[in-house]
Amino acid sequence: MSSVERREVHLTIPVAPEMEIAATAQVAALGEWMEMGRDKIDEVKMAVVEACINAFEHSATPDHKVELAFRVDAEEGGRGAYLEVDVADSGHGFDPTRLKTPEIAAALRSSRKRGWGIKIIESLMDDVRIESGDQGTRIVMRKYR
Amino acid sequence: MSETLKVVVDRPDSTVAVLRTDGYINNTGGEEIAKEAYALLGSGVNRLLLDLEKTKIVNSIGISILIEILEKLLDQGGKLAFCRLTPTIEKTFQIMGLAQYARIFPAPEPALAWLRGESE
Repeated sequence: MSSVERREVHLTIPVAPEMEIAATAQVAALGEWMEMGRDKIDEVKMAVVEACINAFEHSATPDHKVELAFRVDAEEGGRGAYLEVDVADSGHGFDPTRLKTPEIAAALRSSRKRGWGIKIIESLMDDVRIESGDQGTRIVMRKYR
Repeated sequence: MSETLKVVVDRPDSTVAVLRTDGYINNTGGEEIAKEAYALLGSGVNRLLLDLEKTKIVNSIGISILIEILEKLLDQGGKLAFCRLTPTIEKTFQIMGLAQYARIFPAPEPALAWLRGESE
């Protein structure tokens, strides 16, 4: 399949344990439909898990929910078909430019071992955009087939 | 929906232990592994193999708990190995640098040989 029929799915999940797994089911369904390889689907699932738990843990979203949009489309004349996922919350936001990149050597010597989510997302996905401010955070991540 | 992790501990000999996981390694899953790992450390076993054949998904909170286990093992002169990771979990461990301090193997046998000091 050189191109894909555009398809979009929306999902709202509550801020609750393991709800990120519900989001990964959509990734699997759309990834299989667009004939994305198994390993790439798993990488998108992992990135979605990280984006969801980032929102669960850090956003303090007042409505206690996270909105996701899953989009299959293709770049005309570009890199072809892709699966794009938006993960959005209405919490207090953060400044992405002030994030510290974690290092394993430092983590092994300190009590702080967390903070890997954005690094994992950026490493597993092809394109990542983070929009964050007083109205919340939206992580838009794209993986090409 | 429940992805509760199960951990089975196997002691092939007195020097090493194998922890076989089944399920999602998140915060609660990581704590389950840590509970078993620290019990083994307390009994003097500091060479551990984590066999993740039946774990298909992890998150960074769960992995941060694995880093805590690794830290305690290294402090006690121990070793940590992983085997049978999915390609995505292995890639994530590489991204985080975990593979610099713990070894990753495709199967249990070479991992156990490395833990016993029978191979480089």
